[in-house]
Amino acid sequence: MATVDKPKYKVIGTRPIRHDGVDKVTGRAKYGADIRLTGMLFAATLRSPHSHAKILSIDTSKAEALPGVRAVVTSQDFPEQGDRVVELGEGAANMRHLSANVMARDKVLYKGHVVAAVAADSMHIAEEAAQLIDVQYEPLPPVLDVLQAMQPDSPILNEDIRTESLGASGDDNSQPTNIAMHYLFEKGNLDEGFSQADVIVEREYDTTMVHQGYIEPHNATALWNADGKVTVWMSTQGSFTARQQTAELLRIPVSHVKVVPMEIGGGFGGKISVYLPPVAAMLSKKSGRPVQLVMSRTQVFEATGPTPGSHIKIKIGAKKDGTLVAGDAWLAFEAGAYTGSPVGMACMCVFACYDLPHGRVEGFDVCVNKPRTNAYRAPGSTHVAFAVETAIDELCEKLGVNPLDFRLKNAAKEGTRRVDGPVFPRIGMWETVDAIKQSAHYQTKLDGKFRGRGVASGFWFNAGMKSSVTATVNLDGTVSLVEGSTDIGGSRTGIAMQLAETLGIAAEAVMPTIADTDSVGYTDVTGGSRVTFATGIAAYEAAKDIQRQLVQRAAILWEVDAAQVKYEDGGVVGPANQKISFAELAAQLHETGGAVIGNGTSSAANQGGAFGTHCVDVEVDPELGKVQVLRYTIAQDAGTAIHPSYVEGQMQGGVVQGIGWALNEEYCYDADGRMANPTFLDYRMPTCFDVPMIDTIIVEVPDPQHPYGVRGVGEVPICPPPAAIANAIYDAVGVRMQTLPMSPPKLCKAILAQGN
Amino acid sequence: MSKKHVVSATINGDEVEFLCEARDTLLDALRNSLGMTGTKEGCSNGNCGACTVIMNGQPVVSCLVLAMEAEGANLETIEGVACGSELNEIQSAFLEGAALQCGICTPGIIMQAKSLLAANPDPSEQEIRFCLSGNLCRCTGYDKIVRAVQAAAAKKRSVAS
Repeated sequence: MATVDKPKYKVIGTRPIRHDGVDKVTGRAKYGADIRLTGMLFAATLRSPHSHAKILSIDTSKAEALPGVRAVVTSQDFPEQGDRVVELGEGAANMRHLSANVMARDKVLYKGHVVAAVAADSMHIAEEAAQLIDVQYEPLPPVLDVLQAMQPDSPILNEDIRTESLGASGDDNSQPTNIAMHYLFEKGNLDEGFSQADVIVEREYDTTMVHQGYIEPHNATALWNADGKVTVWMSTQGSFTARQQTAELLRIPVSHVKVVPMEIGGGFGGKISVYLPPVAAMLSKKSGRPVQLVMSRTQVFEATGPTPGSHIKIKIGAKKDGTLVAGDAWLAFEAGAYTGSPVGMACMCVFACYDLPHGRVEGFDVCVNKPRTNAYRAPGSTHVAFAVETAIDELCEKLGVNPLDFRLKNAAKEGTRRVDGPVFPRIGMWETVDAIKQSAHYQTKLDGKFRGRGVASGFWFNAGMKSSVTATVNLDGTVSLVEGSTDIGGSRTGIAMQLAETLGIAAEAVMPTIADTDSVGYTDVTGGSRVTFATGIAAYEAAKDIQRQLVQRAAILWEVDAAQVKYEDGGVVGPANQKISFAELAAQLHETGGAVIGNGTSSAANQGGAFGTHCVDVEVDPELGKVQVLRYTIAQDAGTAIHPSYVEGQMQGGVVQGIGWALNEEYCYDADGRMANPTFLDYRMPTCFDVPMIDTIIVEVPDPQHPYGVRGVGEVPICPPPAAIANAIYDAVGVRMQTLPMSPPKLCKAILAQGN
Repeated sequence: MSKKHVVSATINGDEVEFLCEARDTLLDALRNSLGMTGTKEGCSNGNCGACTVIMNGQPVVSCLVLAMEAEGANLETIEGVACGSELNEIQSAFLEGAALQCGICTPGIIMQAKSLLAANPDPSEQEIRFCLSGNLCRCTGYDKIVRAVQAAAAKKRSVAS
């Protein structure tokens, strides 16, 4: 459904078969672990059994002596990084921390932290050899709780960390601490805001660490050639940031590393940071052979970057008439072993759905003995949506106001200033709430015992950043499109469709290819819901470049001034109303000057922002504490849906990840900091049998910053589900869940406590 | 280095022989000895279903089958699902219904669905969901996968009648 008038397009809005489809349903598509190189060795890693320990010694002699072993590496083989902070394409990183995360130096900071790696003739030999490496540790007390880690007497993970303040003041920056960042954002006057409130809700929430859960484990295959050039074949969300991280970690020029992005089996933010390429490269350097390193599933859970657990305090107030007047939020996020949780972004998201006159948000990035966290689909926003959207449900109950009407009244809109400063351009928050209110789902009454309905909204910024494409016109009237954005979910077709639309040709007449870092211009990560937006702009610009060149070619053919020729409707029109189609002109390129290659780049600061509102019906088994999702509807502003099937797919996939986060998924730690459930059997992601169909309503409020009005759609659908489900559980059985996941034991306990 | 063994099996209709170590799984043998990388590895402990193949008519997770157990077996893998250059109904339905995003789980799900439709040409939504519950997909939320299997079943029935 479209909520505003928009131009009709020929290609955009249709549903062509994806260009890489046949390869992916026949098993021909090559993912990272599918590459086989002549003379390739297989590598395995040795990892820490402790969550916090000093490394006293490492003896690799027995491993090196095993027949079939070709190379062994430890931190001694990697260059020192010193105190360097480097911009890596998706934020700056402390290189000492990044390096120590790739290969532990003097300390291990989480169970599964790599301490050594072996390359051998077979995987079996490599694994055997890794077990022969003798590491002596001095165990230290683990720090596993974010609030405990903030205490002055807590054991310290990183002696080089001092609290960095952003907006906050009064922090003691003289001593080592686990609190790496302290954010403070303020708007209006909080006390004055709360003094206007007739009703106030104040609650505390906890969420646990959860993983992206992509099905393909991390992998890297590296060749350090005799000329000093390194090639890495890998699954990555960003080949250029992977190249830069690898080069910086090895301290070689960035031009000496070529990253070849293979097909990628899911990422969701977790395949941006580099773990394996420097290790595989160093093993290749030492052995003189290409080396493949692939993580096990347990290693993926224990040692890649999940999203943090958090402790959140929320206080919100409204007037009797349902006007939101003040909001106060306090957020502490687990960074994991090194700094860098998404708490800063969480601070910016917490009240972003609402026009809040008086607000204050304080956030802390805190190191604990768990894996270094990383981006996971709208990083930080789901945590705070769970908190604020359930608090709003309570507020609405106390006010006697329908929660959708409350959202319609207080929705952020064009001109609303967020607590952290930015002012929204045209956005579709209000429209998504209205779409849910009008939906068949919401309009249908829910009957039955222990059944309940909940609603919630969510926000994500959507990133702009940099993209490049080149597009070459072929003599048969097609275009070969080369892009730098790795394609995780069908984006190459979405980009090709924008090029096709601009040239007035069919989507099938464009052949998209994802190129390596030597073959296409700089392109930022596939993340931040940016690819269809930003790489789409680059494709649009490349098509415009082609249009300009084809106008010149037609002018040559017609012997007229190019200024009198224009490109329109899939062809070129001359001063005497001569017409020549794109395909006809393409066939004459050789006669008019040779190849036509269009270039396009984009460097957008930001997008207009994505909003979604969800409605869910659940049934609770009060004896077992099990929650069954009966019906789910999501309304989301896509700006303009390029390929509606893949927009729906992003919405549905995000919702089901959110359902998993809401009901089952968690990192279970024992007292020593060992994850008790590092397998898919025990880290219980939703299966096909757990969920219903997910109904989608695509709202289209075009983003004026994109030529076709595109908004990113990938991330925001994960934000509302935990809150919507918590609100539905309350509606069903009358208990307010303030902890994620709302798993059977926790829900049972809450129901029993209510009974008592 | 342990001695290798010769295993003879039928794979996608062809009689093949391959070498393996006693500790190699069928998944190892397919991917490494035979170069058939269409079968994917997601967990190596039978939890995710990405490595599903059909062995003597039954779907199995090839990471939990030893390569040597395949001696004399009749195996079907994703590489043998299309008939030459013509896609199977399930493959076509997955493309038309946008039932894949990253595609890493797709080969295993297609093998599981193929086995389901061979046994039950008209499965209900619940039967499809139950049958596919051992195949994890993290991208799609399963909606379009279930619909694609329904569409493939309908297509297959209409061709058969």
